[in-house]
Amino acid sequence: MGTKCCDITNKIDLKKTNKKIVLAGNPNVGKSIFFNYFTGNYVTVSNYPGTTLEISHGKFGDDAVIDTTGVYGISSFNDEEKVARDAIISGDIIVNIVDAVHLERDLFLTQQIIDMDKKVIVALNMMDEAKQKGINIDISKLEKKLGVPVIPTVAINNEGLDKLKNNLENAQKGNTSIKEDENLNKVYNKTKNYAEAVLIMEGDKVISEKYGIQPYEFRKEYYQKRRQRIDSIIKNTVDRKNPQSDFLTKLGRLMIKPLTGIPILLATLYLLYEFIGVFVAQTIVDFTEGHLFGEIYEPFIKNLIIKLVGSESIFYNLLAGEFGLLTMSVTYLFGLLLPLVGGFYLFLAFLEDSGYMPRVAVLVDKMLNKIGLNGRAIIPMILGFGCVTMATVTTRLLGSKREKIITVFLLGLAIPCSAQLGVIAGLIAPLGLKYFLIYIITIFTVYVLSGTFLNKVLPGKSTDLLIDLPPIRRPIISNVLRKTYYKTKSFIKEAGPIFAIGAIIITLLNDFMILDKIQNLLKPITKGMLNLPSETANAFIMGIVRRDFGAAGLNSLALTANQTIVSLIVITLFVPCIAAMMIMIKERSWKEAILIWIGSWITAFAVGAIVSKILIYI
Amino acid sequence: MTLANLKKGDKFKIVSINKNKINSQIIRFGLGEGSIAKCIEKIPRGPVILSKNYQEIALGHQISKNIKITKL
Repeated sequence: MGTKCCDITNKIDLKKTNKKIVLAGNPNVGKSIFFNYFTGNYVTVSNYPGTTLEISHGKFGDDAVIDTTGVYGISSFNDEEKVARDAIISGDIIVNIVDAVHLERDLFLTQQIIDMDKKVIVALNMMDEAKQKGINIDISKLEKKLGVPVIPTVAINNEGLDKLKNNLENAQKGNTSIKEDENLNKVYNKTKNYAEAVLIMEGDKVISEKYGIQPYEFRKEYYQKRRQRIDSIIKNTVDRKNPQSDFLTKLGRLMIKPLTGIPILLATLYLLYEFIGVFVAQTIVDFTEGHLFGEIYEPFIKNLIIKLVGSESIFYNLLAGEFGLLTMSVTYLFGLLLPLVGGFYLFLAFLEDSGYMPRVAVLVDKMLNKIGLNGRAIIPMILGFGCVTMATVTTRLLGSKREKIITVFLLGLAIPCSAQLGVIAGLIAPLGLKYFLIYIITIFTVYVLSGTFLNKVLPGKSTDLLIDLPPIRRPIISNVLRKTYYKTKSFIKEAGPIFAIGAIIITLLNDFMILDKIQNLLKPITKGMLNLPSETANAFIMGIVRRDFGAAGLNSLALTANQTIVSLIVITLFVPCIAAMMIMIKERSWKEAILIWIGSWITAFAVGAIVSKILIYI
Repeated sequence: MTLANLKKGDKFKIVSINKNKINSQIIRFGLGEGSIAKCIEKIPRGPVILSKNYQEIALGHQISKNIKITKL
């Protein structure tokens, strides 16, 4: 027993510093600007939980500054909260950043930190917006009620930051909302840490376990006391004119209402398509993959490897062969995926920082409920059109194991990734509208039916939507760019090794003729069930290496229109690429991943067979 | 009467929230038992969107059936 478990300094490498200053606040209150101001370093800001789990830290003079992900309260409900909880428990001074427009929400966290007996200073941010909305806050009265210093700021205009900095030393322990009683004293005697004692009283399982104590059940009571106290503080210190709806508030509401929300969503998706599908996938990727990597980098690296190991050995194949580590995986990762994924993250960062994403979640919630998901699952689904690997990682933000399995399965099965979409579109376009519709309807039907099926058979219950709708705000470009940069970088870091291992496995399978054997095994299916020439099996197997390889492999075969559409459907539904398969193992487990692959094999061939039979009659 | 029965524009007071974890989350978002709020959008058999001052929260259909209210 001891304080080691939750001392954040043990988890991040902090050199000897004087004090630990911890920044805490709700999501999207402008924390990153404060962090930059203190440290000159960057931290990513996000509307949506599940984006940054790493803790950012830096130095301010002799003190360490630690940033936390935005949370609405402290507990162990999810990973973000656990990280924020540990940082706050170990902090000497807590700088609590509060959105002046959303005091009811934000002061809950403030009061909770005060109740944990921490030294707090409050930065009352977005004062300009509050003024504009006719919200008048009596700051000295608020200070008195809370018992801690309150500094008004407009962080984006750099207002009040100097004053905050100069007042850091005045951070104080505030007025608690908790009445000390026997139970609390008993727990405190065991923990010798007041903050942790309070969390145990609130039923925090992780902290209780650490001390071997049964968690208490006072959360409801504590939370209600806190709520009442905050409501009374606000009643006494805040004066507001009737909330009038300004343009952005109205726009926010139009985004949720189906009648206007669906057209807005479709327009947004169209923009996304124009940006990713046309601009990035064609113009940029043609240059990076085709020219930069295909014509300059690959010939150079191949020559180099030949000089080093010759062109006959297995090392040449591993490093610079058809599926080589330094050729295919590097080109695939940096020439193709990097621009696509970066483009996706850029677009999504705009949507997130503007406050649009939670509204999309509301809009699609009812539809996703039918397949056992809630509206938040739309984020990984949209990301899946960029790269299934990246989307699978994002399923962490979903509330239950069941939702994660459904989403990962649907991602692997019925969402074609951007690498594949281009080739598919190229093959379908010449066939005309009828075939395009057959493709879309088939994939969509499979998506809905599989989701419905999983929702019926999987045990347990899915979580329901319960989200805060942040105000619609104009995104700050520098934040959007930084966020895109950090997310793209973390994608490359996470997916890079996996693509590399995938390339090694494929080269070995190929060198030992195992790929050929699998192709031979598949041939009866392709010919008998799907009415396709037996060579199509090669394309299916190549689809595992890279999803676009599979689709591209069809180009060289002389297929009828019906055969083309059947093979495209099978390739889309067939197992995802090897990198996505490996991410599934990492995120879920071997057992689940293998069930998912087998499930998508069966689905792919069954659907292909059915469509090929139906097509005879159309 | 529960949140699920609300119509757009209704003002109401929250009487009780059945589930503990949901109660905690709603309190954190700025509402709670006893709070007065307004329904600003309701998707039939879908989410309900509440507002109190400038705070807006969205609750799925199942959750909203677990929250008892009185209309004002």
